[in-house]
Amino acid sequence: MNAVLDDLDAYLQAFGYTLALFVISGLLSLVLGTVLVAMRVGPVAVLRAAATTYVTTVRNTPLVIVFAFFAFFAPIINIRFTWLDVHIGRFDFTELFGAAVASLSLYTCTFVCEALRAGVNAVPLGQAEAARAIGLPFGGVMTNVVLPQAFRAALPPLASVQIALIKNTSVAAVFGVAEAVAQMRTFTNSFASQRLGIFIAFAIGYIVLVEVVSFAAARAERRWRIA
Amino acid sequence: MRRMKFRAAAAAVLLASALAACGDAGEDTEGRDVEANENAAEEFDDGTRMKELAEAGTIKVGVKYDQPGLGFMEAGGDVPTGFDVEIAKLLVADLGIDPDSDNVEWVETISDNREPFLQEGRVDLVLATYSITDERRQVVGQTGPYFVTGQQLLVPSDSDVESIDDLKGQEVCSVTGSTSIDRINEAGAKGVGFDSYSECVQKVLDGTVAAMSTDGTILAGFAAQNEGQLKVVGEEFSEERIGVGYSKDRPEMCEWINDVLEDSFEDGSWAEAFELTLGPSGVETPEPPALDECAA
Amino acid sequence: MSGSNVLFDAPGPRTVARHRAYSLVALVVVVAVLAWVVYKLHQAGQFEGDKWEVFVTPRYLEVIVVDGLLQTLKMAGLAVLGAVVLGFVLGIGKLSDHRLLRWPLWLVVEFFRAVPVLLLMIFAWYTLGISEPGTSFWAVVIALTLYNGAVLAEVLRAGVLAVPKGQAEAAYALGLRKTQVMNIVLMPQAVKIMLPAIISQCIVALKDTALGQYVLAPGLTRIYRQIYLQFDNRVPTMIVIAGIYIVVNLALSWLATWLQKRLVGEKNPLDLTRVGNQQGGENTGGAA
Repeated sequence: MNAVLDDLDAYLQAFGYTLALFVISGLLSLVLGTVLVAMRVGPVAVLRAAATTYVTTVRNTPLVIVFAFFAFFAPIINIRFTWLDVHIGRFDFTELFGAAVASLSLYTCTFVCEALRAGVNAVPLGQAEAARAIGLPFGGVMTNVVLPQAFRAALPPLASVQIALIKNTSVAAVFGVAEAVAQMRTFTNSFASQRLGIFIAFAIGYIVLVEVVSFAAARAERRWRIA
Repeated sequence: MRRMKFRAAAAAVLLASALAACGDAGEDTEGRDVEANENAAEEFDDGTRMKELAEAGTIKVGVKYDQPGLGFMEAGGDVPTGFDVEIAKLLVADLGIDPDSDNVEWVETISDNREPFLQEGRVDLVLATYSITDERRQVVGQTGPYFVTGQQLLVPSDSDVESIDDLKGQEVCSVTGSTSIDRINEAGAKGVGFDSYSECVQKVLDGTVAAMSTDGTILAGFAAQNEGQLKVVGEEFSEERIGVGYSKDRPEMCEWINDVLEDSFEDGSWAEAFELTLGPSGVETPEPPALDECAA
Repeated sequence: MSGSNVLFDAPGPRTVARHRAYSLVALVVVVAVLAWVVYKLHQAGQFEGDKWEVFVTPRYLEVIVVDGLLQTLKMAGLAVLGAVVLGFVLGIGKLSDHRLLRWPLWLVVEFFRAVPVLLLMIFAWYTLGISEPGTSFWAVVIALTLYNGAVLAEVLRAGVLAVPKGQAEAAYALGLRKTQVMNIVLMPQAVKIMLPAIISQCIVALKDTALGQYVLAPGLTRIYRQIYLQFDNRVPTMIVIAGIYIVVNLALSWLATWLQKRLVGEKNPLDLTRVGNQQGGENTGGAA
């Protein structure tokens, strides 16, 4: 633990990267997941099939392999993040960070899609029928009536998906992002005798992040509950 | 052998695919043939660790499994290959143990566990690109070096980078949690970590990072594999003296290891081992290094 | 809302034509993207025979199945067994009437749900002794047991709480004692509801074994690494290993659906996606 306290700066910076990975990938995964669910329940058969195939494939692939895909496969087919070169304070967001965000959000969005699909199924039938009866097209039915309710119904599973995402950011450690687990390994290699303390220090960091998200989700759920 | 039965059963399950399968990938990389020293047990004094090992006829050696050319275990292999392994074989053979037999137990070591391995007696020798440092010598015995290298840079052939100083603030790849990363950061560049060196090579090739950095010999091997695309540059900004690790409780092993290494330097087996393992990737065989004195 | 077709009207002739146009465009785009990917891979020489030869060589096929897949399945299987046991212990403990028992267990469950599995693995490995043989395997099993056990504890608790209140009240009215109510009335119903969740957790555990390579554990991802280091064929190996994972996981998902239909019926009366507000019975992406 002392090793961490002596270099609190490195600890906080590492969790800064973890947080950045989580927030950006989290938002992207929500957007992409919504698009995917629209494709999956929509009227165009080809899009339905494409979205279903994508979700099934990615959901069942280990995240490490998704990461490996963006690190070593994507560059071959010219999917690059070289345009990303942002430096804020001591934080550098470059191509490696971009690839990590892409891996995390494209992986997580499949779970967002599934959570939302369950949410869509939870919206009472009459809602969509009424919306159609007043003449709304598919886009209108979805954006004005079904999705807002589906989001509320899907809030608890969405929260668990996002919490899983916080923990999943740790895989970025071996793909060039200096986030918490990478920093932890640096600490444990240099201060082998303090392994337990170092472990606890980093576990606490994750627990704080998870509890903050849990708490926010619980509040949001209470506030937006459908009566 | 339960395991063998298990394998046989699995092989039977694979019948269909095996029938269709006709590929023949992989080649036999046997390494050098090293003759076991026949009357080893008599050569050592009573009470020494060497005597114990020679009489027991078995030994446990820690090597790396993920470093082609130095210490590498192929998928499903039994005996690792590489320069570290070849040197280990010389030591093992000197104890009268056949290095290609089951009497040698090869144990995978990574940077994290080399000291605990020796301290707890899990292995008798460590030859795993193990740099000799004063800190390590506090807890384990180290002698040699049988090999000297230093941290350098591997950059694309058309790069203007000449030293680590040209890379201040830029990303330089190495293995997550390694000492190389610390050195990169100390030099003012930004170390980014991957899981293995070959992944870093890929990242240098595709231009994600400006350079990668670790021991020069490893880099030379990668440069040779990617001739015309990559080059090694820069002064060695650290000196890594790769040595043999042994238990600190058994200081008598130091003399013995040095004697075996000295012999291998003189009779050419050291150079042969080098050519066989690191030679194919284009690293030129250097002069053997000077050995450290053993503390009396 | 059952079938998704309530979301849009039965298309008229013009809409049908429009949808056909959409479909065509979508199809062209999908095919074009796939073709481009294949072309790029071909251009990069990823389809050359020597990069794939290893996957039709019997010796390496055996390695992939025996040292890879079987080890992975063994770790995941042991972890799920352990997790079910641990889940029961923690889950029942959390339902206890005694605050002294409930609170520490709550803490334990929260801890193991919040810490990334990769971190747990690394730590389990250090604790078991990185110098002992075979500890990597057990580090993976223990880390996955702790994490999935904590998740299943929540699932069990939610399952028991989801059994209609009247059932327990009726049982008490009959004069059953607390343990009897739990064992005879509540638990059998909760377990039935939990089964699909347990299988979903198997998928999570199976996928998370992929992280084992970072603590030197055996398994598919380790073989993946050995093969691409030897044959310099990262992309083909990645495709093959991902394929194996996907097939095994799909088989498990199929089993989960089948079990659910058989045991619970078409409709799941208790929505386990709402368990706690964290990790539900759904496969929420595992954790690392």
